[in-house]
Amino acid sequence: MSALTLDGLTVALPAGADRPFALADVTFELQPGEIFCVVGESGSGKSMTAGAILGLLPPGVARTAGRVLLDGEEISGLDEAGLRPIRGARIGMIFQEPMTALNPLRTIGDQIGEMFRTHTRLRDREISARVEALLADVHLPDPAGAARAYPHELSGGQRQRAMIAMALALEPRVLIADEPTTALDVTSQAQILHLIRELQRRRGTAVLFITHDFGVVAEIADRVAVMSQGRIVEQGTADDVLNRPQHAYTRGLIAAVPSLTPPARPEIAAAPILVAEGVTKTYRSGGLMRRRTTAALRDVTLSLPRGGTLGIVGESGSGKSTLARCIVRLLDYDAGRIRLDDVDLAVAGRPAARRIQMVFQDPFGSLNPRRRAGDLVAQGPRLHGVPADQAQARARDLFRLVGLDPAAIDRYPHEFSGGQRQRIALARALALEPEVLVADEPVSALDVSVQAQVLALLADLRARLGLSLLFITHDLRVAAQICDRIAVMKDGEVVEEGPAATLFAHPAHPYTRSLLDAVPGRHWIPPANPSEGEP
Amino acid sequence: MDFLRRYLASPPAVIGLVLLALVLAMAASADLLFPRDPLGLAGRPLQWPLANPRFWLGTDNMGRDIAAQVFHGARISLLIALVSTALAIVIGVVVGAVAGFYGGIVDDVLMRVTEAFQILPNFLLLLVLVAVFGSTLTTVTIAIGIVSWPASARLTRAEFLSLRNRDFVAACRGLGMGDARLIFAEILPNALPPVIVYAGVIMAVAILLESALAFLSLSDPNVPSWGNLIGAGRSVLRTQWYVSAIPGVAILVTVLAVSLVGQGLNDALNPRLRRR
Repeated sequence: MSALTLDGLTVALPAGADRPFALADVTFELQPGEIFCVVGESGSGKSMTAGAILGLLPPGVARTAGRVLLDGEEISGLDEAGLRPIRGARIGMIFQEPMTALNPLRTIGDQIGEMFRTHTRLRDREISARVEALLADVHLPDPAGAARAYPHELSGGQRQRAMIAMALALEPRVLIADEPTTALDVTSQAQILHLIRELQRRRGTAVLFITHDFGVVAEIADRVAVMSQGRIVEQGTADDVLNRPQHAYTRGLIAAVPSLTPPARPEIAAAPILVAEGVTKTYRSGGLMRRRTTAALRDVTLSLPRGGTLGIVGESGSGKSTLARCIVRLLDYDAGRIRLDDVDLAVAGRPAARRIQMVFQDPFGSLNPRRRAGDLVAQGPRLHGVPADQAQARARDLFRLVGLDPAAIDRYPHEFSGGQRQRIALARALALEPEVLVADEPVSALDVSVQAQVLALLADLRARLGLSLLFITHDLRVAAQICDRIAVMKDGEVVEEGPAATLFAHPAHPYTRSLLDAVPGRHWIPPANPSEGEP
Repeated sequence: MDFLRRYLASPPAVIGLVLLALVLAMAASADLLFPRDPLGLAGRPLQWPLANPRFWLGTDNMGRDIAAQVFHGARISLLIALVSTALAIVIGVVVGAVAGFYGGIVDDVLMRVTEAFQILPNFLLLLVLVAVFGSTLTTVTIAIGIVSWPASARLTRAEFLSLRNRDFVAACRGLGMGDARLIFAEILPNALPPVIVYAGVIMAVAILLESALAFLSLSDPNVPSWGNLIGAGRSVLRTQWYVSAIPGVAILVTVLAVSLVGQGLNDALNPRLRRR
């Protein structure tokens, strides 16, 4: 018998939403001891599926048809009181962001113990023994210490381990994991995936794993369902769906996943346009008595060839964003020099600054919500003395250049989708005709199909406008596709730098090797698909 | 238009708007209905309302028409409220914006100054200012503005602290934008909604402050303000209570109207907060 069955589950959205149903006729069976991945882009209804199973739907959204069966017993008709003994005890859940899912004012041990206090009648001493055993199970280095720690005292990966310990505390039949590794670095992601796999094998738990990342699917899934617009468009074994996708939507998604093998590209022999020499940046914090310093950049030396793309990869806290901000002069560095051609950027003022422009990660935060899209793009030229009507005409041209409708320049940022906003941000950066474009994680907030389009646009613009690109990313797949050279950063230092092909084929530094080993689904090569060309 | 629709969907906000319109109509029609000097002798003193058809709200202890004073007083009260609120908001926004944007030592200095104003009970400070600079309409208005700005400064600063680290600010900096434009053209429009809502509170308090001053005979005696009329009625409060009560109701209605409009603006500007 299957552990969890969804039978024609349909969930209606309130009137006025972009589609009538959040979920339409969702049917699948989750067997004990398997990992079932639900994969889809944002808005596909994959998280809503998890909410619908546990009866945790947002206000105004309701189940209208279909059933949810847990061990053959219908749970979809139960009220709050009926669902309470099921949540946590028979269906465990892990969330995307372990920091917000844990209460910051209570210790980890206390919060895991809460599971036992709510659902069992164990004594306090037994509870603390069980908690320690659980924390040891998820391989936290010091279980007793971790039980006494508060959430902020653990790293992101450790917090997610604690969350998993909590979800598994009562040995539920079903574990729902909603994007559990999306907020984590690639190496912790690999460890958490390994841990989920190991625990699931040992305990025979059925895992419903929700993700947007096909690499993760390739790494962990036994069976896969692909969702789009609230419907399951395709489901089958991981091997079938990943290597022989049937539905056009799945094929499109898989074609958009960047390959980990860099394409062959000519060596760039041009002289460097941007050179950083021994750049050092230290953050100071703390009060009068105890000053704490954090070295964000240590003696970073890099050069960007004219017309080339230099990728900077690293995990969070490696200093890659700090470096980007130092280069565009949003931050002052403590020592070293950054030169554009032969101009020292620390000495030169605004005229040099406009030659380097930046594109930010978050397309929602980087556009002033109270300005029209056209004004945002025209702003830069106007600041540098271009008359208003010429600047607006230039904005129209740029909209065309980045693939947006020039008629849309009168709309506000919230009227555009994430990918379109990133195009606006790109147009704004290009409006000043820069020679160097610094892109700080420009595609990591985007869905995989949109990501592919923006990457293609970046490559195209670079070729057409002769731009040099400094591309910062944590995603090695993306780096492999767009970068000529790659620098790997760790703890504020560049540990390895070289041509992309060499770096991926023969990583020299142990850290680079561990990064490459941690890429989810690294052994899966997306099938070449003659019917699906680049759009 | 969406904003207007959300505002009109809330009954208290609509009531506030209607009351405010009523007070504004009173102020606008004062010269038409009561062309004579409202502070001039009109008839026998202390006539009860409705006793004499010429004075339907009666006369005060100096024989002045109460209705004329209430209508003309609406002008003075609204004038003082609007001007002093505008002054308080401008000072508060500039101080808060500069403090929040630059942070560090600038923030420390400006916030200590703000606190110096905040720790004094603002009516006491108002009394001192009026005692020193005299009590003409101008000085009273400015003095009310000066005692009312600290809260809007703190509010603006808090908004700026969170907004200044947004990527769109960094992006504008990258385009080569100067600090003044960043503060006033880019960040301020995003920081303004809570401050505008708070202006309603400042305005209501300003009307009350002026009335309190007038009650103590410290406001400008040469203008027909509601507070002056209450102050005049003080000596006959036990027998002819209507002399103080009528302008009191006028103040109540105006303050209520301004508060309701402010709350309505708040709900309309932050639609998510309302659905609790």
